[in-house]
Amino acid sequence: MYEKDGEKYFVVDGHMHYWNAAPDNWVEGAEQYAKGWIECFYGYHGLGPEDTRWPMDKYQKYSEETLMSDVFEDGHVDVAIFQPTYLKEWYREGFNTTERNAILAEKYPGKFVLNTRWDPRDGDEGLTTLADNVARWGCKGVKLYTAEWRQGSRGWKLTDPEAYRYLEKCQELGIRNVHIHKGPTIWPLDKDAFDVADVDHAATDFPALNFIVEHVGLPRIEDFCFMATQEPNVYAGLSVAIGGLMHARPKFFAKVMGELLFWVGEDKMTFGSDYAIWEPKWQVEGFVAWDYPSDEFSDYPRVTTATKKKILGLNAAKLYDIEVPAECRLDTGEGTPAAPDDAQLVTST
Amino acid sequence: MIAGSTDAPVAAEVRSRVLAALDTVRDPELDEPITSLGFVASCAVSASGQARVRLRLPTYFCAPNFAFLMVADAYDAVSAVDGVRGTEVILDDHFASDAINGGVAARAGFARSFDGEAVGELHDLRTDFLRKAVMAGTDLVCRPLLAAGVEPAALVGSTLGEVPPSPELDRLRQRRVELGLPAGDDAPLLIEPVTGAPVRPDAVPLHLRRARTTRVGLDANAGICRGMLRQRYATTGEGEESL
Repeated sequence: MYEKDGEKYFVVDGHMHYWNAAPDNWVEGAEQYAKGWIECFYGYHGLGPEDTRWPMDKYQKYSEETLMSDVFEDGHVDVAIFQPTYLKEWYREGFNTTERNAILAEKYPGKFVLNTRWDPRDGDEGLTTLADNVARWGCKGVKLYTAEWRQGSRGWKLTDPEAYRYLEKCQELGIRNVHIHKGPTIWPLDKDAFDVADVDHAATDFPALNFIVEHVGLPRIEDFCFMATQEPNVYAGLSVAIGGLMHARPKFFAKVMGELLFWVGEDKMTFGSDYAIWEPKWQVEGFVAWDYPSDEFSDYPRVTTATKKKILGLNAAKLYDIEVPAECRLDTGEGTPAAPDDAQLVTST
Repeated sequence: MIAGSTDAPVAAEVRSRVLAALDTVRDPELDEPITSLGFVASCAVSASGQARVRLRLPTYFCAPNFAFLMVADAYDAVSAVDGVRGTEVILDDHFASDAINGGVAARAGFARSFDGEAVGELHDLRTDFLRKAVMAGTDLVCRPLLAAGVEPAALVGSTLGEVPPSPELDRLRQRRVELGLPAGDDAPLLIEPVTGAPVRPDAVPLHLRRARTTRVGLDANAGICRGMLRQRYATTGEGEESL
């Protein structure tokens, strides 16, 4: 919990990791990709405040103690949601698997929500693994990484028939939340890699599932916004938006927030620190203190304390049935929804 | 050709023309010149007219399709410069550097350079992003008018010729020309970027909203790319704008 000016914020970190990207985990023959991947993350890391930056060796592999203190002791987080990223073509034990995250989730009950993943290219075997993971850990969410390389394939789409089998299985197993990352190497390479049209279709066809688009569709925020405004079950995951822009590009951050609040609305936006890309402390404190920097932003929806409470934790708590202490809850009706009249005008793209 | 003292000024002149040519090459996704973005790591022209350009990108995993377009466009632009007798454009530090550099040098096209991973060339992709550039450009041109008190409804009957001249207006016209959309003085200011049809009066508020969101998306994206490039490379690119 974070307390500021008498207000109490229940904080759910909706998107974080416990990864091992050190050379001991690199796949022989794929070292350049394993190295390139973590260096790419490290580039993002550099967009945070200077005094929060880590040396590369710590960044490649950090300890359990480091994570627990960065996230819960210093970072104000009440509950953190593990989002796995496998990348087994490049990392021998995977970059950040369900199993690795489960070590901490089992050791610290109540601190973590343990999400799992699936990949439609795993076929029937993958469906069994998914069911096993849900039975073992009670997962209510999955993280999907459509750009993952696998045996010559550079990715997949949510609308692939095989992916629909998995989405059906999710519903059957009681998984409610599908976090989807739009990555840069989706196949085929001659198309726009960040196209969100597949999320649009899947969200329509699976109304009982929530689709949380992580990184708000960056770098196609506009496509994401125009899509999300039409789909009641599509959410904006703010990971990277806050970490990558709030400190490094405050003016762009204000505009991005304004656009998201207008099209998507404060009830469908969730905070994620993307730890260990960035630590949550400065993001939580900075966001609570944040407002539009000038009058230039006067035609965007206002940001209130209620807005921040919802984004920092209450929205994600609702998605995952996380109990919120009474002192951190909002009274019904507090806050500002997205602009519904304008949103309804969007009928074609 | 033997490089003599009289050739050095000639090479320097050719080099400045090569840099000017690189100014016309844009990142299709960000709609900005690769020079001002800092993507041109180095540019050299030998006394014999051999141009060597090295490009760099913000990350190892930047989208290979856009990377290919920039390398290929740079190759074409540099090759066309008066005084250039040979061209080499190399993309550094990218997971697909070999496929891209080899493909561009062999004039192989995108699909052949990425055999099995792409079925078509990149025209449609380029067109999609030019349309985004038109939308973002519409916001750049209209926002000052709205700020000066022009009612959104009044923009419906306006033509490009009625808008006060500005670099933003020139750029909007140029993007519309590239898409084959009307761009003359009598062309409507507000058009649908896919069909070129004038925007209907009742659709104006939403059109302007979408134009603004598109611009915000482009700006935020470019901001992140610049920040990442700065983290990755300590040196300033040829023709790079300071942050």
